This record gives sequence, structure tokens and C-alpha cells, in this order.
Amino acid sequence: MTVDGWLTIVLFIVVLTALAVPLGGYMAAVYSDERTWLDPLLGGPERLIYRALGVDRERGQDWKSYAKSLIIFSLVGWLLLYLILRTQTVWGFSGLNPEGFHSMPANVAFNTTSSFLTNTNWQYYGGETTLSYFSQMVGLAVENFVSAAVGISVAVALIRGIAGRSGRSLGNFYVDVTRTLLYVFIPLALIVAILLLSQGVIDNFRAYVSFKGITGVSQTIAMGPVALQEAIKLLGTNGGGFFNTNSAHPFENPTAFSNFVEMLAVLVIPAGLVFTYGKMVGSRRQGLSIYSAMMMMFLGAVVVVYIAEAHGSPAQHAAGLHTAYVNGAGGNLEGKEQRFGIASSALFNVVTTVTSCGAVNSALESFTGLGGAIPFADLSVSEVIFGGVGTGLYSILLYVLLAVFIGGLMVGRTPEYIGKKIEAREIKLVVIGLLVTPLAALVSTALAVSSRAGRVSIDTAVTGHGPQGFSETFYAYLSQANNNGSAFAGYSGLVQPRAGNLGAHGIGLADYLGGFTMLAARYIPILFVLAIAGSLAAKRVAPTGLGTMRTDNGTFVVLLIGVITVVGALTFFPALLLGPVVQGLTGHLYP
Amino acid sequence: MRTVPHDLLTALRAMLVFTVLCGILVPLVVFGVGQAAFSANANGQLVHYRGHLVGSNLIGQNFADPVLRHGRPVLAAGVPETTPDPRFFQTRPSGTTPADNDAATTFANYGPNSTITLQAIRANIAAYIALNGRYVPGGLTAAKVPVDAADTSASGVDPDISPANAALQAYRVAAVDHLPLARVRALIAANTGARGLGILGEPTVNVLELNLAIDRMIK
Repeated sequence: MTVDGWLTIVLFIVVLTALAVPLGGYMAAVYSDERTWLDPLLGGPERLIYRALGVDRERGQDWKSYAKSLIIFSLVGWLLLYLILRTQTVWGFSGLNPEGFHSMPANVAFNTTSSFLTNTNWQYYGGETTLSYFSQMVGLAVENFVSAAVGISVAVALIRGIAGRSGRSLGNFYVDVTRTLLYVFIPLALIVAILLLSQGVIDNFRAYVSFKGITGVSQTIAMGPVALQEAIKLLGTNGGGFFNTNSAHPFENPTAFSNFVEMLAVLVIPAGLVFTYGKMVGSRRQGLSIYSAMMMMFLGAVVVVYIAEAHGSPAQHAAGLHTAYVNGAGGNLEGKEQRFGIASSALFNVVTTVTSCGAVNSALESFTGLGGAIPFADLSVSEVIFGGVGTGLYSILLYVLLAVFIGGLMVGRTPEYIGKKIEAREIKLVVIGLLVTPLAALVSTALAVSSRAGRVSIDTAVTGHGPQGFSETFYAYLSQANNNGSAFAGYSGLVQPRAGNLGAHGIGLADYLGGFTMLAARYIPILFVLAIAGSLAAKRVAPTGLGTMRTDNGTFVVLLIGVITVVGALTFFPALLLGPVVQGLTGHLYP
Repeated sequence: MRTVPHDLLTALRAMLVFTVLCGILVPLVVFGVGQAAFSANANGQLVHYRGHLVGSNLIGQNFADPVLRHGRPVLAAGVPETTPDPRFFQTRPSGTTPADNDAATTFANYGPNSTITLQAIRANIAAYIALNGRYVPGGLTAAKVPVDAADTSASGVDPDISPANAALQAYRVAAVDHLPLARVRALIAANTGARGLGILGEPTVNVLELNLAIDRMIK
């Protein structure tokens, strides 16, 4: 550990908070249909889009209508992306397939399409060996924008349900998506893309470059339109890399400063939305209490991972390496880049697993047992520590409602939240909504470890014998169920003719099982969240009285953290024991 | 409530509009800005040397020579086998399989508790000591090998090494190339990048830039 490492972490938290507060206020204006300073520029295009879509911006939707629009819109998006990936060769005329890549096989295309639709960006393919520039830019990157906007729209609908003072309307789905794209994602993506370009992220349409180096060794370098896709991959907490090695690849993340920008880009919108929430429900303190709970859990995770990685791994120590920091090198640098070192890799790792981002700047598989256990914990609490754009906020609000209910039972007061009574119907919806994701993760893992194709990764993989093999499998389905997309990348779950994850071919148990896991764990909770929003919107506001439990003070923050931890631990502890916990407790090497 | 076909039509229109906006218009704006304002960066910081393209500043490469037996290159799994060129600084170990057959990058995915990882690290340490050990005053042991020289990088094409690693390799490069050690150290210093904003990441030595500087002196 170094002083610079700790300073990096402190600086990150300070800058993040300084950016999230004003962004949150701005987004509150965007979703309250108030004027923003971008109106003169974007008002025209916005009206044009509504006209093209045939959408009446004044017409609100109740929860069923909102959900129907969302599902149909996602279905159409799914079909369109699947079509693009399956017909990659057809679009070669655009000149955007210079390497002449084939179309994706059905199983990989099913997984990839489901993955990008659900904001997961799990990748069973290597970008630079599988996908044309056309598929990346017109297919995947569009869903990076759109799926993230869908996530935010659900969160906004829930906020309106909680804040709603009259009627059943949750807003208009298409208006929310359009305003998210125009007023939030596109401006921020342009800023981030230009910052990344200034650091060395590439953006071109050239064919791959081949040459001989000064000693005569030949090399080929992949190219592509990376900068914008990189920006939205992070801002939308999508995480799908242009290249196979994601944000570890120097063309995606060339400097320690670009790494800092990328981490901010991941967290700024989820963090900002918490302040948006406070403003829209008319009580900044409510937002602040949620922010405090998130930040405390985030900090705990960062500190543990940094200390664990700086200490080094059992394999390093067995080889006789000296892992204390000396002159730019130290700690568990296996699977990490020199320019980032330990602190910036550990921080990035936590940033990407607490959100549903899943981009990586280092190989998660190579993190130490304890350092790798934190991503598990982040995923086990269903990504409510900031979480994905929109999804993080609506997921933690479910926990807030649960905490209000439990707190109410404990002290014998009527459970109510911001003036709305929480009754049996809401709590039933909350509990089911919260259990879908863990259920999907555990059932899929069980199926995978009990089937032949799924066991291949554990029995024969180069990387994952013993508990590591189970960790890989469990993490794969936990990650997909949480729509995260990061991986212990040794997991293949398919019988693959070549080692590694070059290209995209193989037998697709993992493709289909993973695809269904992602779809179920994304859309089922969304329906429950919208139902809760509808139910709350219709409720009358009760005046705050002596019988009301406060939800904006320290006691509630502690209660909230407790509820999140207990639910996560109860659900996942047995499975975690078999993988990362065993690894963290032993210096033993497997097999 | 509206009918499903009507909703389908709205959804289709929306996807088309958003595709044109986010998949064509905005990417072209970024492409334009990149080519106009950051053209070297946008095109991959390619490096030309004595009239030839020799690499990218951001992408690590092997500075190696083919292994010859009876004057012919030895093939390992269809790819020419190489051995590190002692005249030049060497990049970090890589999980990206033979760097010279395609553009694919991949993680090595060595787990922390795996004997396979242990063997890989031992092999890297042995190779590093074999290459540099006899030039370093007092010799090299595993405990003296910098971690970045023993651990594989994430991308497999890490362009940098740590200053600690460069300082050890300097003895060999100076001896093999018949350069004063002080000159080699000065070149390392000139090609060392500081931490971002003074605190972010780690100091780095860019191997391609450094080797080109060495090559200019010896040829």
C-alpha cells in the first residue's frame, strides 16, 4: 500500500460527490419537465422525435400502460439487435466490416442480444475477433444508450409513484427515454468521449494494422470506433468492452487519468440519481440518508480489496516473490496493468461490481481470495451500492421499503414512507421483487454445476480447479442475474475447441442458460417495481405525525445497511462458503 | 388503452430514430472531433521509425528473435518460436497467445490459489533471472525480481514496465550493447511517465520508446 494509493481513493470520493450533487439537481429538472439550460439547444430535436414517434408528451401512463410500452419496446430492440448480429456479413457493404468477420452463431447471438438488452453486457465473444465495426456501433452501442435509458425510466417512474400527490400517472415511458438520451446520456457521453480521446483512446474506421517491429517480430493491432462506445459503456453502466480485455486494453483505457475518468463515468449517474430522488420527493435528507448508506458500504469494500491486493497472492508467495511495494511495483500484479498498479485496479474493481457496469481494468479471476470475495459480496446485495443507472436506485428503494416495514414492526409503529402507508400488498411485491434476482442466480448455478457442459469449466479448465472452479461458475450466473457482466473469465461453461475465449464458438449451455437468466432477472423485477410504483401513486398522503418513524436520520441508515446485509448474507452465504470464502481462508494451492 | 399493433409500430419507430441518433449521428460527431483535434491518438499513436511502421506507443510487443535450428525457424504449434533479444528491454509476461498471429487480446486468468499460477510465475522468474541474472551486481534471486516481471499483465499488451524492472534490465542492456550504464539510466529516466495528477496509478517506463532510443544509439 502506498500513500498515493490511499490519496487516489480519497480524491475519487471527493470528486464523485462534487459532481453527483449538481448532476442530481439537473436530472431532477429533466424528469420534472422543468426548463434546463440545454432547452434552447435540444427542445427542437426533442419535439421532432415525439412527432416521429407519434407520442403525446402530455399523456401520462398508469403502471400497466407504462410497463406494456417498456416490454414491447424492449422486445423490438431485442429482435433488431439479434437481426444485426446474425446478418453481420450483409452489412459489409457499409465498409464497416474490414476484417470480414462472419455473422454470429445463434447461441452466441442469443446470449449477446439478451446481454446488451438487459444492460448486462456479459460477453461470450472477443470483440476484436468477432464483431464488425457496424455491429459494435449501430448494434451494441445503441443498446448501451437505450437499455440504460430504460433502467432510468423505471427508477423515475418509481420516484413519481412515491412522490405522487394525486392520480395514477407514472409519466410517459417514451418521454422519459427520449429525455434521458437527449438531456443526460448524449451530452455526458460527448464530454467523456472527448476526455478519453485526449488521453489516447482510439476512434477510427481503419482496417487492423500489421507490421514488423524493430527485431522483426510481426504484430497485428486491432482498430475501431472506440471512444464513444467506451464513454457510453461506462456512463450507462453497461460494461461491454470493444476489445476482449475491456478497460484493461490500452486503446480503451490508456492512462491512469483516463482510468480515473472512467471510474467517475461509471458512478456519477447512479450517485447523482440519489440526489435527484431527494429533490423530487421534496426532501433532500431522504436522498442524503440513502447516499450515506451506499457510501459507507462502498468505502468498506474498497478498503478491503486494496489491502488484500497489496498483500499479494498465495501463488506469488509460494514462488518466492517479494510483494512489498518497491519503486513502482508490488502487490498482486497478476492480471493487472502497470500504469494502474494496485490502488487504481482495486478501486475500479469495486466501482464496476457495486454498479451493474461490469467493465474491468484487471482480471477478476486473478484477484486474491479476499479481493475476489468483495465482488461476490457486491453482487450478493443485488447491486444497491449505487448500482446500475436507475436499477441501483429502484433496487435500494425496495430495500428502503422493506427496512421501513421491519423497523415499523420492531418499534410498533405504522410503516409509512414519505407520507405513504406501506401495506401488505406493497410488502408482498417488494419481497418477491427482491427475491427474483438471487433465485435466478442460485438456480442457474445449480443447473450449471450439475450438467456436463457446465462442469467442463470446473473439471478441466486450466484456471479453475477446486474452489476457484466453483467460484467461476457461481460468479458467472450471479453476474448475469444481477445484469453486471463482469466475469471470472476462466469460466467457459461450454465445450470449446480452442482454449481461452478467442472468437465465439462452442456448445451453448452457458449461452442459453445465461441468456434466460439475464432476461428473467431484468424484466421480472421491473414489472414488480412498476406495480409498486402504481400502488404507491394511488395512495393518499398521510400527514407526518408522532407515530411516524423517521427515515432521514442515522438510525435509519444503520437499519438499512443491516437489512441489506442480512438479506444478502442469508441468501448467499452457503454458496459463498464453497468458493471465495474457502479460498480467502487458505494458503493452499489447488489441485 | 391502445392496441398492441399500434404499440409495436411506436416501438419500431423509436428504435429506428434512436439507432440513427445514437448509432450514426453521435458516433460521427465523435469521429470528427477525434480526427480533427486528436488525430494521432484517434489513430492509435502509431510509431514510424526510419521510414517503417514499427508499433504503437500504447500496445506492448515482443522484442525477440526467431529461434533457428540448422538455419531454419523452429515452429511451436505452428508459430515461430522466439527468444528475447538481449539488446533490448523486455515487456511484461503476457497471456495473449502468440502476439504475432492475430490481434486478439485475452486475460491469462491465473487464479490466486492455483498451482498452475505458481508454475507460470516460477517460469517467468526463471526466464527473467536467466536473461538478466549474470549482469546484475550481486546476482538475482526470486525475491529481487519485480512483480511486474513475474506476473502477467491484464491486457496481454501492457506497453509499460515498472521503474524497478527497467533498472534491473539496464545492467544487461548496457553490457550487451556496450553502452555506459549512466547513458542507459538517463534514457530510462527520459522515458519514464509520472503518476497521473501526481498520485494516480504507478510510474511507467514505455518499452517501445525506450528501445527505439536504445536502437538509435547502437545502429
